[in-house]
Amino acid sequence: MTKANGEKCINLKLKVWRQKTKDPKGRLESFKAENISKDMSFLEMLDVVNEEIIHSGKDPIAFDHDCREGICGSCGAMVNGRAHGPEKGTTLCQLHMRHFSNGDTVVIEPWRSRAFKVVKDLVVDRSAFDKIIQAGGYISVNTGGAPDGNAIPVPQEVAEKAMDAAECIGCGACAAACPNASAMLFTGAKISQFALLPQGHPETKKRVLAMVGKMDELGFGNCTNERECEAECPKEISIINIARMNREFIKSAISP
Amino acid sequence: MKLDSKIPDGPLSEKWDKHRFELDLVNPANKKKFEIIVVGTGLAGASASATLAELGYEVKTFCIQDSPRRAHSIAAQGGINAAKNYQNDGDSIWRLFYDTIKGGDFRSREANVYRLAQVSNSIIDQCVAQGVPFAREYGGQLANRSFGGAQVSRTFYARGQTGQQLLLGAYGALSRQIAAEKVRLFTRRDMLDLMVIDGKARGIIVRNLISGNLEKHSADAVILATGGYGNVFYLSTNSMASNVSAAFAAYKKGAFFANPCFTQIHPTCIPVKGSYQSKLTLMSESLRNDGRVWVPKTPGDRRSPGDIKESERDYYLEKKYPGFGNLVPRDVASRNAKLQCDMGKGVGDTKLAVYLDFKDALKRDGQDIIARKYGNLFEMYEKITADNPYKTPMKIYPAVHYTMGGLWVDYNLMSTIPGLFVLGEANFSDHGSNRLGASALMQGLADGYFIIPYTIGSYLAEASPEKIAVDHKEFNISYLNAEARIKKLISIKGKRTVDNFQRELGSILWENCGMSRKNTNLRKAKKLIKELRAEYWENVLVGGSEKDFNQRLEKAWRVADFLEFSELMVTDTLERQESCGGHFNEDYQTDENEALRDDKLFCHVSAWEFQGNRRKPKLHKESLKFENVELTQRSYK
Ligand SMILES: Cc1cc2nc3c(=O)[nH]c(=O)nc-3n(C[C@H](O)[C@H](O)[C@H](O)COP(=O)(O)OP(=O)(O)OC[C@H]3O[C@@H](n4cnc5c(N)ncnc54)[C@H](O)[C@@H]3O)c2cc1C
Ligand code: SF4
Ligand code: FES
Repeated sequence: MTKANGEKCINLKLKVWRQKTKDPKGRLESFKAENISKDMSFLEMLDVVNEEIIHSGKDPIAFDHDCREGICGSCGAMVNGRAHGPEKGTTLCQLHMRHFSNGDTVVIEPWRSRAFKVVKDLVVDRSAFDKIIQAGGYISVNTGGAPDGNAIPVPQEVAEKAMDAAECIGCGACAAACPNASAMLFTGAKISQFALLPQGHPETKKRVLAMVGKMDELGFGNCTNERECEAECPKEISIINIARMNREFIKSAISP
Repeated sequence: MKLDSKIPDGPLSEKWDKHRFELDLVNPANKKKFEIIVVGTGLAGASASATLAELGYEVKTFCIQDSPRRAHSIAAQGGINAAKNYQNDGDSIWRLFYDTIKGGDFRSREANVYRLAQVSNSIIDQCVAQGVPFAREYGGQLANRSFGGAQVSRTFYARGQTGQQLLLGAYGALSRQIAAEKVRLFTRRDMLDLMVIDGKARGIIVRNLISGNLEKHSADAVILATGGYGNVFYLSTNSMASNVSAAFAAYKKGAFFANPCFTQIHPTCIPVKGSYQSKLTLMSESLRNDGRVWVPKTPGDRRSPGDIKESERDYYLEKKYPGFGNLVPRDVASRNAKLQCDMGKGVGDTKLAVYLDFKDALKRDGQDIIARKYGNLFEMYEKITADNPYKTPMKIYPAVHYTMGGLWVDYNLMSTIPGLFVLGEANFSDHGSNRLGASALMQGLADGYFIIPYTIGSYLAEASPEKIAVDHKEFNISYLNAEARIKKLISIKGKRTVDNFQRELGSILWENCGMSRKNTNLRKAKKLIKELRAEYWENVLVGGSEKDFNQRLEKAWRVADFLEFSELMVTDTLERQESCGGHFNEDYQTDENEALRDDKLFCHVSAWEFQGNRRKPKLHKESLKFENVELTQRSYK
């Protein structure tokens, strides 16, 4: 065994969920992650481990990733039971190894949620989120013929609130962290963005009914105020957005 | 074959209007008879897919990621330009055009760039209508900031996540068309080959990344919006899946590749930390609006920045370029950072970094205002480096960021293969030898929302292609070739991993074909690339099986293409015996180390035609005519 090199490097024991295909049989497999620089990101640590696995002739750990900057929403896994790991407001790709200590055991598992099926190892199918957006997560304007951008003023604080909601990266951590596998934070964020902005108003009613309906249809659960989603969301999207969605939903459901 | 850029006659400002009038139209009822393939769901691909579907075409859209919303465009931070002149500070379509031409160091087409500036305003209107939450002034008007290289405030932004918000707007429009069943979406697909049948682009071969199966898709026209090739350098700010493979497949099928040597090195990235590093993170250049770049005056000064007095600091950009200061264009800022580090004044552990300091801005505006502008960037920086930029200056260094080169297209955005259109970063069209900040998002959306919908219609109306079945023999040949290449990659079972090869290729290019280029080094690089490529096909270790979700195999395919493409890139670099924009050949510089162009010999686009694997590609030159601006030596003093 290599010795941890001073303070800059650590050695870890990994337990990683291995599942070859969507057939849900899988198990935790142990790996050693040695001489891991504290400056590495979590995914770079997995890269290093994977290089060794490849050399040993085995199948490397599959995980989704792309931007590695915390913005594309590709990455994500449960790390010691926490979505995206222990750091608040951080995606897995932006989690750095300095938050771990030498000798730690790290359990890495895919998102577990009724609506997200495992594709392989840590990779899951999140197309359900795309379907929720397809149900109405947009403003229906065709290209061309839009009025001047300044034609409708949007007060700064409104624009800021809309932006707070719009920051969602669609990673799925909220649904994975929720004991009910609810997608309310994700859906609420999109509905809020458009409910706040004047451009979104004409369709608010239709949008909220369609998106909430789709969410239920896809098997996402209900919100019972556990607040796990907000705690684990890497973009710190507030549950105010769920309240806003519920308000819009009630308004839409009772108005003719 | 003679290159015909199809630039319309007439005065610059009337060309696009006149051209649109002259283009053939497809009868609305006939549009649904045409199938169009769009590869890519970044700003260019998503906006094109949505708009073409709105017009009534049948669209099939492909991307690598599990969702179209995750395309690399999502990572753009700083903003998008438009000539709105909302600030009344002297901006105009003409000024945006002029700045872009000059910023590109006079290596782009006047007509294309003018059109880009013209449609820029409609982009903002469109995005606002879609609900993109752009930053606003207190009164509710759209806010602007000035961005690298511009002396007017014309950049629209959504915090530090402009690309994300614009892409989500386009993704929303795309999602609406998917729901309307006008777009069929294929995610987790990798395009392996382009089908050219009877001289026209008629389809693609893709690999289903989950099952590993190859699929054949036919269409009446193909649009590539597959982004840039910056990852040829291994370390870049591009997302991990960014690649040259789709464009390179088209090149091998007859699409000319233009100006592959024009790559952009961005001045403000987080410096490299260690050999495990997988990618580099950009710190938006909007930071240069408020941050001041400096190094210690004395080489080798190891003190921490707080201990270095004002009088001992060298604010080299402000000193050398009093007119633009910290806002000089990217190529100039990058080269100067390298110069300082070459003189031994670099900071940090590796000495390959300079400071970007917000102390004065924080004192002037207070933490709240700075946090509103850059909060998320500061946070990202702290997450990665564990340094707090509110307290200590950022350390930054240049990194590969964007590629101006790409597939050659005419004014209609059509490549040299009829029916193959190329949009966004994947084409070469608008940025010459250096792209200005906030202009890539503008170009991607201009291409997708406002240009391709007109020009592709005219092609389809004129060519009215016959339907093609996917069991056509050309499809089968390509299918078998792709299958054989995959089998070969897996069967080598050598000793070095794909990443290991890609790292070496990247360092060959960074050292020899990066920020500063020399003929001797370029020749050496060519030799090294050839050797590395030969070794790759004997010694690469991919692992796993081809009928599986196999991420190493995905990468192995891309790296195989990078190993071929990089040679073309170096060939082009050697061919261009001048310096311009981001292409800096040390033999051609002014006394002040600025890029020295040679307008007599090199005022052209270099478009390369594939001649088979063993022969040197053939160079075609499209000469650039400047009728509206005067060619000058760029000066940012
Ligand atoms: C960190 C960063 C910050 C930036 N900030 C700014 C900014 O502030 N302002 C600005 O103007 N520009 C900015 N840029 C540049 C700008 O983001 C890009 O040039 C632009 O987004 C490219 O868009 P695109 O649509 O051409 O391609 P991309 O967004 O790269 O999309 C490519 C698409 O093609 C697909 N694809 C690629 N290859 C294949 C294949 N073989 N098979 C199938 N599908 C494929 C991908 O899945 C993806 O959907 C930034 C770039 C970076 C790296
Ligand atoms: S709300 Fe947060 S956790 Fe849920 S998808 Fe969006 S960013 Fe991820
Ligand atoms: S890889 Fe993009 S958010 Fe983590």
